[in-house]
Amino acid sequence: MSDTAITSQLNQPIALSYRSAFMLILKRDVTLAFRHKDDIINPILFFIIVITLFPLGIGPEANTLSRIAPGIIWVAALLSTLLSLDRLFKSDYNDGSLEQMLLSPHPIFILVLAKIVAHWLLTGLPLIFIAPLLAVLLHLNENSYGALMITLLLGTPILSLIGAIGVALTVGIKKGGVLLSLLVLPLYIPVLIFATSAIDTAAMNLPFTGQLAIIAALFFSTLTLAPFAVSSALKVSTN
Amino acid sequence: MWKWLHPYAKPETTYHLTGRLIPWFSYLSIILLTIGLVWALLFSPADYQQGDSFRIFYIHVPSATLSMGIYVGMAIAALCSIVWQLKLADASAAAMAPIGAVFTFISLVTGAAWGKPMWGTWWIWDARLTSQLILLFLFLGVIALHNAFEDKVMAGKAAGILTLVGVINIPIIKYSVEWWNTLHQGATVSKMGKPSMTLDMLWPFIFSYMGFIFLIVVITCIRFRTEILARNGMRQWVRDLAVKGES
Repeated sequence: MSDTAITSQLNQPIALSYRSAFMLILKRDVTLAFRHKDDIINPILFFIIVITLFPLGIGPEANTLSRIAPGIIWVAALLSTLLSLDRLFKSDYNDGSLEQMLLSPHPIFILVLAKIVAHWLLTGLPLIFIAPLLAVLLHLNENSYGALMITLLLGTPILSLIGAIGVALTVGIKKGGVLLSLLVLPLYIPVLIFATSAIDTAAMNLPFTGQLAIIAALFFSTLTLAPFAVSSALKVSTN
Repeated sequence: MWKWLHPYAKPETTYHLTGRLIPWFSYLSIILLTIGLVWALLFSPADYQQGDSFRIFYIHVPSATLSMGIYVGMAIAALCSIVWQLKLADASAAAMAPIGAVFTFISLVTGAAWGKPMWGTWWIWDARLTSQLILLFLFLGVIALHNAFEDKVMAGKAAGILTLVGVINIPIIKYSVEWWNTLHQGATVSKMGKPSMTLDMLWPFIFSYMGFIFLIVVITCIRFRTEILARNGMRQWVRDLAVKGES
């Protein structure tokens, strides 16, 4: 089914259940992304290249690298998420399907959440698969791998959720890219701080459940609140 | 209460009201700041550990706490504008953002100047300093978002949402000193009942603090009036004002 057909199906006043509306949007976004594979691959390539720059710039000593590895991986993850955020609403905004979604009888919360989940599946999840490989290149401490995976698993959805607010606010602006980073990066700082501190603590063989609990709290609060902010921001942007 | 407040939702009434209030607030601010700062800099005793360099406290603490206060004020205005669709609330939030950014910047600069003799460093990645820096970025983000839109009404709404999202940072700054026991000292003034400073130091502080509050009110009023004029440029009463050339 083509995406226009799905969108027009959403517009008919038939009552789809929340679950099927969610699944429709999710499938549509994933299908669209797989038809433009560059959109999926480029942020991952960016992630890899940024990480390879650091050993070249700082020098290849294993001790230094393993000390700064958590920070590098997380900062690179923030930047590559930021880079990929633009396509979250932009093309839908340009071809008008975003407005149709807002007009549809289904709660915007569900539709927005589906789009964010699709974005995470396409950018956050691949990062989690590649991160351990890059951690090997950076000589990350052996004890830290578990912490790295868990923080990425809980943390990257937060990046997509908070980023969606920023994109929703700037989608109507012509040159929103630089502005987007100014709006979103300050809000990413807490995730960065707690995630890297969890990985560092794990490297010293200490329990890192405290930091993990805070990241989980951030995850659940953004999961429940961010879609509301995104939908009201989208209403402002589409006017 | 709504009946009493209702006339002030009209831009013209508020414009004239703030115009009448500005002189009073500016006199109050000048008097209080003069008393407070002269007392603080010349007459209050020097700190027994920190000597004279603690006197920057009289500017650092008001600007730091008030920068958070301005952010909360902006957030309340943004909430009012989203819930009750008050157009003037948007204008007031837009008026406050640059003032907040400047006060945050002042608190960071005075903090650095105070930190150099006391801690031996201009800057340290301490929890409170970092979160105050994030506050500065939030203010700058709000201002940038305001400037990015052509349409002032849309800009106000978008910036309002961003302001509300950023409110999460305020409790983090407020309690950072208690949660993470780092280099920045804990609260001195706000310990209710028994502040941990002598009255000779506390009184000038109260004067300068109140002076800064009124200073912010005055600047906010002036900027608020400009915002009102900018948003209502097509209205007859604004044109009449322009023709008459009256303030």
